[in-house]
Amino acid sequence: MSDAMANGQQMLTTADGKPLKQALARAQSHAKRRAFLLVLPLLAFILITFVAPIGQMLKRSVHNDGFTMHTDIGSGVETPIMVNLKGWFKANPAGTSPDEPAYAALAADLVELKRLRAPGQAGTRINYELSGSRSLFTKAARKADKLEPPYKQALLDLDEDWGDPALWRVMRDASSAYTSNFYLAAMDRTRDLDGKVIMVNENRQVYVKLFKRTLFLSLLITFLTFVLAYPIAHLLAVLPLRHSNLLMILVLLPFWTSLLVRTTSWMVLLQSQGVVNDTLVGMGILGDENRLQMMYNQLGTVIAMTHILLPFMVLPLYSVMRPINPSYVRAARSLGATSWTAFRRVYFPQTVPGIGAGALLVFILAVGYYITPALVGGADGQLISNLIAFHMQKSLNWSLAAALAALLLGGILILYWLYDRLVGIDNLKLG
Amino acid sequence: MADHQTSDAFVAFERVQKSYDGETLVVKDLNLTMPKGEFLTMLGPSGSGKTTCLMMLAGFETATHGEILLDGKPINNIPPHKRGIGMVFQNYALFPHMTVGENLSFPLEVRGMGKSEREEKIMRGLERVQMGAFANRRPSQLSGGQQQRIALARALVFEPELVLMDEPLGALDKQLRETLQFEITHLAHELGITTVYVTHDQTEALTMSDRVAVFDDGRIQQLAPPDKLYEEPMNSFVAQFIGENNALEGVVKEIKGDLCVVQLDSGEVIDAKPVNVNKVGDRTRVSIRPERVEFNKSRLQEGAHTLKAEVLEFIYMGDIFRTRLRVAGIDDFIVKTRNAPDQERLRPGQQIDIGWLPQDCRALDA
Repeated sequence: MSDAMANGQQMLTTADGKPLKQALARAQSHAKRRAFLLVLPLLAFILITFVAPIGQMLKRSVHNDGFTMHTDIGSGVETPIMVNLKGWFKANPAGTSPDEPAYAALAADLVELKRLRAPGQAGTRINYELSGSRSLFTKAARKADKLEPPYKQALLDLDEDWGDPALWRVMRDASSAYTSNFYLAAMDRTRDLDGKVIMVNENRQVYVKLFKRTLFLSLLITFLTFVLAYPIAHLLAVLPLRHSNLLMILVLLPFWTSLLVRTTSWMVLLQSQGVVNDTLVGMGILGDENRLQMMYNQLGTVIAMTHILLPFMVLPLYSVMRPINPSYVRAARSLGATSWTAFRRVYFPQTVPGIGAGALLVFILAVGYYITPALVGGADGQLISNLIAFHMQKSLNWSLAAALAALLLGGILILYWLYDRLVGIDNLKLG
Repeated sequence: MADHQTSDAFVAFERVQKSYDGETLVVKDLNLTMPKGEFLTMLGPSGSGKTTCLMMLAGFETATHGEILLDGKPINNIPPHKRGIGMVFQNYALFPHMTVGENLSFPLEVRGMGKSEREEKIMRGLERVQMGAFANRRPSQLSGGQQQRIALARALVFEPELVLMDEPLGALDKQLRETLQFEITHLAHELGITTVYVTHDQTEALTMSDRVAVFDDGRIQQLAPPDKLYEEPMNSFVAQFIGENNALEGVVKEIKGDLCVVQLDSGEVIDAKPVNVNKVGDRTRVSIRPERVEFNKSRLQEGAHTLKAEVLEFIYMGDIFRTRLRVAGIDDFIVKTRNAPDQERLRPGQQIDIGWLPQDCRALDA
């Protein structure tokens, strides 16, 4: 109906001498508006549940106002805190050792903190970068009213740590809500007293190692799923539809089972008193004392995740293999190629888009995987997302969690870009 | 017409049978010999076993029973890539991830040919099909006809002595098909290659081949040069399948040498040439080509039997007239006449007598 209207209007306006484009746009505007209304719910949903949280997260990774702003939980009133100290930091360049006015400013701010009942919040923010400092703030704030000049001595009497240059460096950084320190921390780096970027102590370097392990394990899992999925997908693609449907159901069956159930079944199988070990011991292949440790380590994570992510490799492969006409391989054979050459030079290259799609899918899912490594990974089978969860739920250092997550996101985007450059994203075929 | 000796045959099927499921035979007792340089077409409806035969020759299917010989040697156990047979597929099967040049280079590379020699052969191969300028294109950038030309060039580039074509023109439009039919036959004869061509298009089979093998139900129904196939079909299936055909059913009343009398089911009596009937009383289907039917009495033989006919429809087709008649109780009897100045144009409702030379009217199996 709208087509007929559009045609009618178009002809009328052109006869009138009005510009054709304008007439066309007006004729189509109704249809366009309707189309837009149809996608509006999805658009809103994505904005609210995807774009906004990611934006929030990215902001939180560089912005933490724990040391600059107090928000009253009841009334929501925002009060700037540590204003005096911030003023001193502004007036004195980095590296200046704190003098009496600095301590005086700190003492005044502590009084304000006590009034607002906010010393914990400010202390926590400092504690992120210098552990053990939270109690410093709570203790000092409790006695803030009784502090008398000279403040430097009074505070040092309370706790010698108030003289620590590192503390003052951290407070200077935290006096501005915007900071790159969380990113530095996420890369096992920190600032020295002069603000120069250095590595943290060797025994505290965890994140880089974990990023590397996540990358390595994800690549390994991607490779394993590829090796396992390729023959299955090929079989699915060449079997008559009647048989391939049944096989397809078997491939999809894990999808219909809860992730938790699948992971715990792996625990039943893999644990040292589990099915696999019992069978091996029962068959006499393994001594009772040499039971294999297949769980609570990287091996457990790799086995369980390979199984869980396998369908994500099978399906894209299947979807590119199904339409490949068998006459291609036949043609290659008739032209003199052995079956291996025909596979390598004719069949395999045509499945590359599926491999790319499957690999990208599995890799991205693996990089962010959380539940399975948490359950079967033990200590050295943990991935970076487990640490992000730890900082979200346990240490409550959301800014660090956000920085880690943002780094992960950035890394994936870079890999995606590389993939696009090397393989071409338009070569991707998901189904 | 398998009158060639097996010894000088280039391709030979000997008592070949093929079954896919162990229950039914797709190819039943196939015997066929081909001399070198022949262009043979396997023609038949789908499911008649012609493609299976081709696939067995190419090596993609194995014969369940019997022997296939190539140049005197049995090839049943030789894998396809060692048979050295060029093949052209209906869907062209050009490798989509390679350019045209790379496609042609493929058979030469797997044979370990040097680069300069390869390039020369590729160029010559492309020139042969007038596609010299397309070496760097991708198959997807070419039209169907161009793709099939490339597929042909690829099948010929490694100079096989035998080329198999599996309905290569099936996906093309009529005009292109005719051009390519002509080109393929020319190339085949020019290069002296032996060709086995599979099609279900009878015009294609008639215009291109030296001999045509008509397949039905897993057997060769008739193997003959095109003119013989059309003019002297040996059974009802061939008569019906090749060209347009009028069929009348009846019973043989009398056989005297080269002539028999057939009483049609409607009661009328006609003369026919006994081809596939043995004795008086046999049921028969009489076959007459539409262009051999005559309604001009002066052109008929003295004393020839005629049939009463009513004109139902007159169709003007330019070069010919196609007239539909009701004869002996059937109303799709067709007469074709040439559009000549003295040709009478029949009108619907007209009553005429039709007849034919007895040798044009073949009494076949019922």
